Order: sequence, then structure tokens, then C-alpha cells
Amino acid sequence: MPPSQQRLRTLVRHPEFARGAREMVGVALGIGAWGLVTGMAMVKSGLEPWIAVLMSLTVFAGTAQLAVAPLMASGAPIWVVWATALCLNLRFVIFSSQWRPYFAQMPLKRRALMSYFTADLNYVLFMRRFPERRPAPEQLPYFWGGVLVNAGSWHVLSLVGITLGHHIPPEWGLGFAGTVALLAMTYSMLADRATWLPALLAGAAAVAAYALPLKLNMLVAIAAAVAVGTIIDHAKPRRKQAA
Amino acid sequence: MSAGEALLTIAGLVLITIATRGFFILPERELPMPEWLREGLRYAPIGALVAVIAPELVMSQGRLIGTWMDARLFGAAAATAWFVWRRDMLGTIVVGTGTMLIFRLGLGW
Repeated sequence: MPPSQQRLRTLVRHPEFARGAREMVGVALGIGAWGLVTGMAMVKSGLEPWIAVLMSLTVFAGTAQLAVAPLMASGAPIWVVWATALCLNLRFVIFSSQWRPYFAQMPLKRRALMSYFTADLNYVLFMRRFPERRPAPEQLPYFWGGVLVNAGSWHVLSLVGITLGHHIPPEWGLGFAGTVALLAMTYSMLADRATWLPALLAGAAAVAAYALPLKLNMLVAIAAAVAVGTIIDHAKPRRKQAA
Repeated sequence: MSAGEALLTIAGLVLITIATRGFFILPERELPMPEWLREGLRYAPIGALVAVIAPELVMSQGRLIGTWMDARLFGAAAATAWFVWRRDMLGTIVVGTGTMLIFRLGLGW
């Protein structure tokens, strides 16, 4: 057996690989529903099916795909399409700063491959599983187990969505399953009480700033959460001294 | 959009995915960032999640909804109750989406 195949086999058989996959299965239904809706929306916006398929398989960023599909179909300038996708993906820049301590020791090729797969839910689950910011050997199998389920359910269901396209009535609102999946994810993170206020304010900020173009309300909300969280963190030790 | 333009656009989109997700991961040397910001960014994911969810639940067509008779609110409430009770994600998704569908298709809300 060639060494690369050997390494792959060890990775897949590691118990953390199964754990990463299992924890992702809990929300895979939501990811799948979102993939389905994104696939449907892409062809409904008038994008040719082959473009939708290629985009789904390579771009691998749902919110960006949803937003740029109508732009591409209506023949918007390419730079507008790119600028929109860039704004929607800015949150990943923030996430990548948090991934770094775990990945920094790896060779560039592996870092590049892994960073491509760092979608939202991979990030959330990984950070919950490994809150301590230092590399550990069980992180690699956990990561890839989650990626298998996340990317797998996303791709399969978005292809189904592209194929079914016009046959699923939009009034069913199946994308709601994706929203509920994120809601469940949020609740599991709220176990730490320090996050309640930042979360609440982020929600209010996202709604209040909704009118901003390019979904920039999301960055406003993230900034609000980070600012409030930072203030709370810094207020804590002082309170202790006073007491 | 011609086939060539579409391919160019998609190639650019793939690069954007790679560049944003790898922004702090790809460079060999650590990019400078103040410690308070590094600490504070722990709150970024919860902010991002809530930022996606909140408008999806309480807004329609860019406006805050003015009625409580909205199937999404009942779906979210049912999902919340299930999560508090059972702490399981799959059940939360099924119950939340199911409740929303019952109110939407059954009552037309």
C-alpha cells in the first residue's frame, strides 16, 4: 500500500474522525436543506444549469452563491459579482485568524487544502470541541470527519436542488430548516453565559443594519458582538478586585 | 453572460473563497494583531450566526414583521423548546421545520 493511502486509512479509522462526522450529522439536515434551496435558487434566478453545477462544486460558499446568482444571470459586471462575494465572505477572514494557531505548524499545501473547507459550521463545531488554542494530533481526524459530512451533504443536496429547480414550491420555505440548524448551533454555544449579551446585541444590530448593501449588516453584527464581548471581558477582573 | 465570462467569474469566486478562508492561515509568518482583538474575536462566530438567523426570523422583504401570526415564529419557538428539553440538534431541526410547515401549510400564516 502506498504511504499516502496508508495515511488516509489511519486518518479515517481514528475515533475522532467518526466523532467529527457524527457531530456534523446533527446539523447535516439543515446544511442539506440550505444546499437544496441554494441549488434551486441558482437555476430559478436564470443561471444556466451547467454554470450552477460548476459554481456549486467549486465555489463552496452558500451565502455568496445565493447572492451572486441573480447578478450573474442579469449580466452584472464581473467586478460587482466579485465585490459582492468578497463582502459576504469577509466573516471567513475573521474565522481564519482563529483557525491559525491550530494549523500554523502544518505544511503550506495542507494548510491551503484545509482552509478551503473551513465553512461556518466546521468552524463552530471545531472551536467547541477544541477551545484551547493549540495544536493536538486528534484535531486533524476530527476536522476531516466534519468536512466529509458537511461538504458531502452540501454538494449532494445542492445538485438535487439544481436538478429539481422549478419543481419544489418555494412557499414551503424549506430554507427554514437551515435557519433552525443555525439556531440549534447558537443555543449550544450560549451555554457560556458570557456570550448571551453579545449574541443579543448582534441580532439587534443585524436587523437594524439590514438596509446596508452587500449584506454588510453581518459585519456590523459581528463587530457589535466582538465589541460588547471585549468590554465584558475587560470589566470582569476589575469587578473582582472591587469585591 | 458568455461561457468564457462565466468561467472567469467562477474562477474569481473560487479564488475569493480561498483568499478569505485562508487569509490568516496561509501566510508563513504570523500577521500582527493586538492581543485584545485576538481575544475579542472569540465572539465573532456567535455574532455571525445570530446575524444570519435574526433577519430570517423577524423580517420579511426587508422590514420587521408587524404580526405575531407568522409561521416562522412558531417554528423557532418549537425548536427552542425542543432544544431546551432534549439538547439534540437533529430533533430541533425536525421539530422547528415541522411546526413551521404545519402553521404555513395548515393555517396559511
